[in-house]
Formats: sequence, structure tokens, C-alpha cells
Amino acid sequence: MLCNICNKNQATVHLTEIVDEQMSELHLCDECARKKSMEMEQQFGLSDLLAGLVDYGKQIGSVDKGPVVAQCSYCGLAFEDFGKIGRLGCSECYTSFSKNLGPLLKRIHGSNQHMGKVPLGFKPLVVKKEKSVSASVPAPANLNELKDNMQKAIESEEFEEAARLRDLIKEMELKANEVGHDKEPEKKKHKKTK
Amino acid sequence: MDFNDFLNHIGGWLKGTGPHADIVISSRIRLARNLEKMPFPHWAKKENSEKVLVLAESAFKRVEDLKDSLFLRLESFDSIDKQFLVERHLMSNEHAIRSNQKGLLVNPEENVAIMVNEEDHLRIQVMESGFDLDATWRAINSVDDRLSELLPYAFNADWGYLTACPTNTGTGMRGSVMLHLPALVMMRQINRVLEAIAKLSFTARGLYGEGTQASGNFFQISNQVSLGQKEEEILGNIKGVIRQIIDQEMKAREVLLAEHRELLEDRVWRSYGTLKNAHIISSNETVELLSMFRLGSDLGILKGVDRGLINELFILTQPSHLQKLENKKFSANERDIKRAQIIREKLGMNQK
Repeated sequence: MLCNICNKNQATVHLTEIVDEQMSELHLCDECARKKSMEMEQQFGLSDLLAGLVDYGKQIGSVDKGPVVAQCSYCGLAFEDFGKIGRLGCSECYTSFSKNLGPLLKRIHGSNQHMGKVPLGFKPLVVKKEKSVSASVPAPANLNELKDNMQKAIESEEFEEAARLRDLIKEMELKANEVGHDKEPEKKKHKKTK
Repeated sequence: MDFNDFLNHIGGWLKGTGPHADIVISSRIRLARNLEKMPFPHWAKKENSEKVLVLAESAFKRVEDLKDSLFLRLESFDSIDKQFLVERHLMSNEHAIRSNQKGLLVNPEENVAIMVNEEDHLRIQVMESGFDLDATWRAINSVDDRLSELLPYAFNADWGYLTACPTNTGTGMRGSVMLHLPALVMMRQINRVLEAIAKLSFTARGLYGEGTQASGNFFQISNQVSLGQKEEEILGNIKGVIRQIIDQEMKAREVLLAEHRELLEDRVWRSYGTLKNAHIISSNETVELLSMFRLGSDLGILKGVDRGLINELFILTQPSHLQKLENKKFSANERDIKRAQIIREKLGMNQK
């Protein structure tokens, strides 16, 4: 039997795939099978990568100091589970795990500040909440912790880690300032549209 | 609109019209949206998911852009029907496999589709024929704006739209463009192009999106980053990359015509010959041959072929479409016979 992909070489690898009760067979030569398995590995890359990033986020967020948020208070998803399944449990997980998710989002997207559109109906609610809860209170707490961690990293001569934390701190301080400025015009704009 | 109406027409995005339709099949944008304080679908209890489904359906009814749309609750459909919707690019394979408390809204033109309770509560998708991300964005932005007034979206000023997977957080947007790049593949330049795309943090996928491999020289290019940039900026970057790829493909086509004309014409005519005469044909072979057929038509080697017909054949020859057309279940062998028959009929009709 000839290989189904190149139709040139003798098929030596035989795959059976069952998708939704439909069985399909694939007969491949050595070379095409190798290519195919490389493609499949690439497809699996994302979740592996994400799990790796989650671990990275944990390192930064916790380091044996302060209470580590292990579970979302709203939906009950454990941060551990997030690492395994790569999915969060609900929108509140973003608040519960904010310390870990901030660096993770930055790693994935190269930024952790949303610049895009805003839902029409929700702006006032979101802005209010933002002012009283997430923007002002947790950020400095997180910042102090980061600074502690940076100090520790310097002491234990982990300079690479220290540099990374330094950049992160800079970024957060910058962002905290920006957030403060952004609020006003947004609010005004909304009043106009209503 | 009724489920069986699907069989009588093809989606507007398959017309084979629009800018650069010789290389670009379609432009697609999807937005991931969730309702606040409601567990994401994979983590939700049945009653929560049911609630999302009901809320979504009643909101859809109030959106002018979604008038006359069909809303399907997927648990009442069998696997052929669900696969049929996947083949039409109206929903993901994932949505078809586990379909409890899952919904799908499709508008009559089939350019808007909203999956309810897939990975996120809502996955809004708009598709247009050809290379037109601007029109696609205007359409989806309008639907999304209206829905944001009707549903309590999970949103945070720092991180934007909150999604089940952090790779979608922010805009929740993925823009994709489906390209037909046979000349780059034949000239063995495609890997160089795909590597460059990856470096710019775009991804290339196959015909059916995530987790599918490229077949028949079709590639779906989309953005990976969804946070830190405005939607227009992300789309602008995609447009820039796609324009480059279109240029490269056009140059490769010119070289093929100038330096390998005999070889190219041979492949095109052989593909056409096989499609027109085969009595047993697998779906893989069909996609490969249709790709060559399409190239031949786009380069003027084959005259008088309707591009919409070629696009239609890609969809009609998929397993569930064949079975829906005949309204019976086929074995794989029976499908290969039926597929060949439909292709012969359609191509016969096209020939004057």
C-alpha cells in the first residue's frame, strides 16, 4: 500500500482516527508520518505552554510569603486546577487570582492593559467598581510584595529574576498612574452618550 | 428560517467575491464574551448553563441585526446535523461533540453565527467573502455593542473582556483570513512565509480552525495577541501581514506561469479531468484537486468557471453534507461514490 500523503513510498505507519463515530484510516510512509507527528506536537503546544506560564505566574505571586489565594471565592475553582485545565472558572477568578494572572497575561500578550472597546451598557458600573476596589487597593499591596520578592531575589543572587521583577514593578507603577488619568474622560464620554 | 433551508443555499461568505477573492476565500472575526458572575461553560452546573442559554436567546431576539435568525438548541440534533453545521463553518467541532445546554444562532445570510456555551458563554462570529476585515469588523462591532446593552458582560477596565482562557482576555478578538496559497506551496516557499508569520505572533491553521492542519493549500492566518492593542490596531496588523502574503502568492503565480507553464497546465487539467470523471473519490483527494481546479480558473487556464461553484463544492463534498443531501447515513465507501457523483453533476452543469 502506498502512503496516503505522498502517494510515492510504501506505507509503514497505520493510523485509525475516530471522530464523532466516524472512523478514518490513514496509511503513511516513514517520512510523512514523521511530518504528521511534528504537526501534532505543534498543536499540543499551546496547553503545555500555558501550564508552564501558570507555574511561572505562581513563582512571582507567592514565594512562601503572605496568604496565597488558592481558590476562587465565587466559583470555587482552585488555582491548581487552572494550571491543569488552562481555563478559569468564572469572571471573578480574575479578581481572586489577580496576583498570578497579571504577570501571566503580560507573558502571553506582552501587555496587561486593555486598550480596546468597552461594553456600552456597563461603563458606569465598571468604572465605579474599578475605583473603589481593584485599581487602588490591591495594586499597591501587590507592588509591595513584588518589591519584597525583588529584594529576596537580589539577596539570593538570582539577578535575572530580580531584573524581571524590577521591570514588572516599573510597569505597574506606570500603569497605576495611567489608570488614574484615564478614568475622568471615560466617565464624561459616557454621560454624553446616555 | 428553518434548518432544512441550509441545504438550499450556501453561505454568503462563499460567493467567491470581494477584494482579492482569487487568493482570499474569506475574512472572519470572532469575539469571546462572557456574562459576569456566572461560571464559564466548562465549570458551570447544568442550571447555570441553562440560564445563560435562556438569557442569550432572549437578548438575541431584541437585536435588530439578528432579525430572522435561527436559534438552535444543539442537544436536540443528531451528530450528522451537528457535523453539518461544523462543515459550514458555523460552529466548532468542540461545540458539536459535547452539546448539552449549547446553542447556536445563525442569521439567514449565514455570515453571523453565535455559539452559546462553547469555551465562553458567547462566541460571536462574522464572516465575509474575500479580503474585507473592515466590513467584517463593522458588522460584528454593531452586534456586540447592542448585545452589551442587553447582557451583563464580564468586563474589567484593566484586562478588558474576561474569558475562560487567558489567551483570549482583553479584546476577546480573533481576526482570521482564509487564504488559498497553491503557488507558494508549489514553489516550496510556504514554510518561509509561515515561519515569518509565527515570528510576528500570528498563527496559521487549516481549513477548520484550531487544531486542524492545512490541506489543499488553504491557510487560515489569525492574530494571537488579544490584550494591549485596540481592535482596529490588531486588525490593521493582520491586514498588513495578509497584504504581504497576497503579494508573495501573486509573484509565485507569475513565476509559475512564466517558467513552469506546461507543468502547471498539466496539473490543472489533470485535476479537472479527475474531478469530472472519477467515480470514487476521498474527501482529501477532493480538496487537493479542487485547489488545483481553483488555481487553474483564477489564472485563466480554465475558462468560464464560477468561483462560487468551486467554493460550494468544498462544502457540499464534506461527509455530513453528502448524507444530508441524500437524507441517509453512508459508510465511508458509499460517501466516496456519492461525492464523486455530486462533483460530476455540478461540473457537468457548469460546462456549456
